[in-house]
Amino acid sequence: MDLDRAGLLSLYRTMVTIRRFEERGIPETGQRRMSASVHSSAGQEAVPTGICAHLTDQDYIASTHRGHGHCIAKGVDPKLMMAELFGRSTGPNKGKGGSMHIADMSKGMLGTNGVVAASVPLAVGAALTSKLKKLGRVAVAFFGDGGSNQGVLHESMNLASVWKLPVIFCCENNGYAESTPVEYALSTANVADRAAGYGMPGFHVDGMDVFAVYEAAGQAVARARAGEGPSLLECRTYRYYGHTVFDNPLTYRTKEEEAYWRARDPLKLFRERVVPEGLVSAQELDGIDRQVEQQMDEAIKFADASPLPDPPQLYEDVYVSYPKDMMKRGANMEV
Amino acid sequence: MTTTTSVPMSPVNVARQIRYRDAINEALRQEMERDENVIVMGEDIAGAAGREHLGFIDSWGGAFRTTQGLIQQFGNQRVLDTPLSEAAFVGAAIGASSTGMRAVAELMFVDFVGVCLDQLINNAAKMRYMFGGQVKVPFTLLTRIGAGFGSAAQHSESFYSIFSHMPGLKGVVPSDPYTAKGLLIASIRDDDPVVYFEHKGLYGDTGPVPEEPYALPLGKARTVRQGSDVTLVGISRMTWVCVEAAQELAKAGINAQVVDLLSVSPIDYDHIVDSVRRTHRLVVVDEDTPVCSLASDICARVAEEAFDYLDAPPSRVTAPHTPVPYSRPLENTYLPNAARVVKTVQGLFRSGR
Ligand SMILES: Cc1ncc(C[n+]2csc(CCOP(=O)(O)OP(=O)(O)O)c2C)c(N)n1
Ligand SMILES: [Mg+2]
Repeated sequence: MDLDRAGLLSLYRTMVTIRRFEERGIPETGQRRMSASVHSSAGQEAVPTGICAHLTDQDYIASTHRGHGHCIAKGVDPKLMMAELFGRSTGPNKGKGGSMHIADMSKGMLGTNGVVAASVPLAVGAALTSKLKKLGRVAVAFFGDGGSNQGVLHESMNLASVWKLPVIFCCENNGYAESTPVEYALSTANVADRAAGYGMPGFHVDGMDVFAVYEAAGQAVARARAGEGPSLLECRTYRYYGHTVFDNPLTYRTKEEEAYWRARDPLKLFRERVVPEGLVSAQELDGIDRQVEQQMDEAIKFADASPLPDPPQLYEDVYVSYPKDMMKRGANMEV
Repeated sequence: MTTTTSVPMSPVNVARQIRYRDAINEALRQEMERDENVIVMGEDIAGAAGREHLGFIDSWGGAFRTTQGLIQQFGNQRVLDTPLSEAAFVGAAIGASSTGMRAVAELMFVDFVGVCLDQLINNAAKMRYMFGGQVKVPFTLLTRIGAGFGSAAQHSESFYSIFSHMPGLKGVVPSDPYTAKGLLIASIRDDDPVVYFEHKGLYGDTGPVPEEPYALPLGKARTVRQGSDVTLVGISRMTWVCVEAAQELAKAGINAQVVDLLSVSPIDYDHIVDSVRRTHRLVVVDEDTPVCSLASDICARVAEEAFDYLDAPPSRVTAPHTPVPYSRPLENTYLPNAARVVKTVQGLFRSGR
């Protein structure tokens, strides 16, 4: 393992930040802007954390509807994300996007996305930019086990392989697409098996173990940076909560199954590995927990203190250029 | 079986009140009982697929609970949960419908139609014509529309107009439980492909619905409020925005007729033109964006067919030409409301019109 102390602490901090953003930010959002379209990635923290540890701000990721963890791991400021969820104009999307569309181009974050697997070819395109301009950047496309059944994913894998693009196709297999179990919807045992059909290596790793993800992602990223083409990396993980806040997962999965995965909690596994080996102390990790809690307090305060967008902002950024007032013409708008 | 022509466009002497959501469910159930060729497919329309042995069945019953209870009654060969693959299952439903089945497929939100649009516009809409009339495609696509729920740009659209634009497709926009049931039964029984648009804001609305199966005519609008001064045409939930506006306008002495469009293809131009010939003014209220919209089309048709009767320009109250924003003040501004309708109508009576 090539991780030093700082590297280890950084992995842990990222995972805790994701966990606490989900567990605090989502209920806080619900009190301000109730929406069915907010999805918690609690339980899945190790996946974006282990992958994005290999990336810089110049590399790209394209994300899903369950994308808060991807944003945080890629360096998007949780304070700005909170503002976006609260619908404030200080959010990266100026409050226009919300949870399912958070994008921060300054961090190479090409957006969470509300249409399943729709963001995948955006990562392929970003990788094409990198190749054509010889930028040496890689792109990661995140998608779920449900998303793995979308045609666009398959076309994208083929295209990236044919063009030898620096892409990592990362499947976060959390066992479910809404209430549909993966074993019902998937024609192969694992999503990674499909890599063979597109001439790329497929990795199947324990997505609750950040070190396993880190290890495999290291190989896939190295392959991409070396110009050898794409890889498919399937991380087996679990979402702790419902599909959205309105979903009760115990209508399609058992308490025993939940307990099994909770016992393999990524934060717990991390501690159990690094503390006994003396790599970092439990006190240091507790200290990070407290700092993150404070960071969340501040994020909520910042978001609450931020202004809501003014109604005329509705018409901004539809186009780069377009005849003024055409957005309202014929609609009989009030403002 | 009730014939379509004998059914009134509004319920008469019906005591039973049920929700819009349950009216959809009842229509599906009754049509599946009537005809074993009717099958229903979509993502999580039952839920927990393949987990009956663990005691899990029908855990979702559809994302908006409109297909609840069907799998218990009809089994998993007629109530088919699908992988997340709209192009494949919508296309398969069209294929099945052209070979002896009467398939109903659910597209969870109309915003996702891009994923399967090719199947709808190049296969479902054109097969009969291209094949010289050899085939019928009795296929129904259930999908949903509507903003106002903080769901942002990719889960809030109302673009029924793109389907109206395609020759070969029919489309309906039920606005209450009564029309929800009657139009769904009609859509399933119809031998052409029909897109059935549920509005997310109407699921909890209750209204009188007869217990027995009935089909309402496709391609017919209805008048939900009589009036003599202006015709307000509402589409889906906007019908009730028109009614609210009409009540406001009545206080100012303006008597508005409200027409509920109900079908977006074919469009009942006659009903609207007849009304405008009597009221001399038209405002179409549409939750869709304005450019190349149903609102535009209806205004154009009225201008052509009732020009000499008009005392004011045919007008539109619609969403702006923007995607749907997330933040509440922006989304509130985006949505057409009664105040905008009232103001627009009052404008038609000012300036000597
Ligand atoms: C094209 C499309 N179809 C359906 C949906 C509705 N939907 C949203 S998330 C989801 C399940 C996604 O499952 P998966 O890809 O495994 O991601 P997870 O939610 O498990 O993170 C569905 C069906 C959608 N957003 N887009
Ligand atoms: Mg999943």
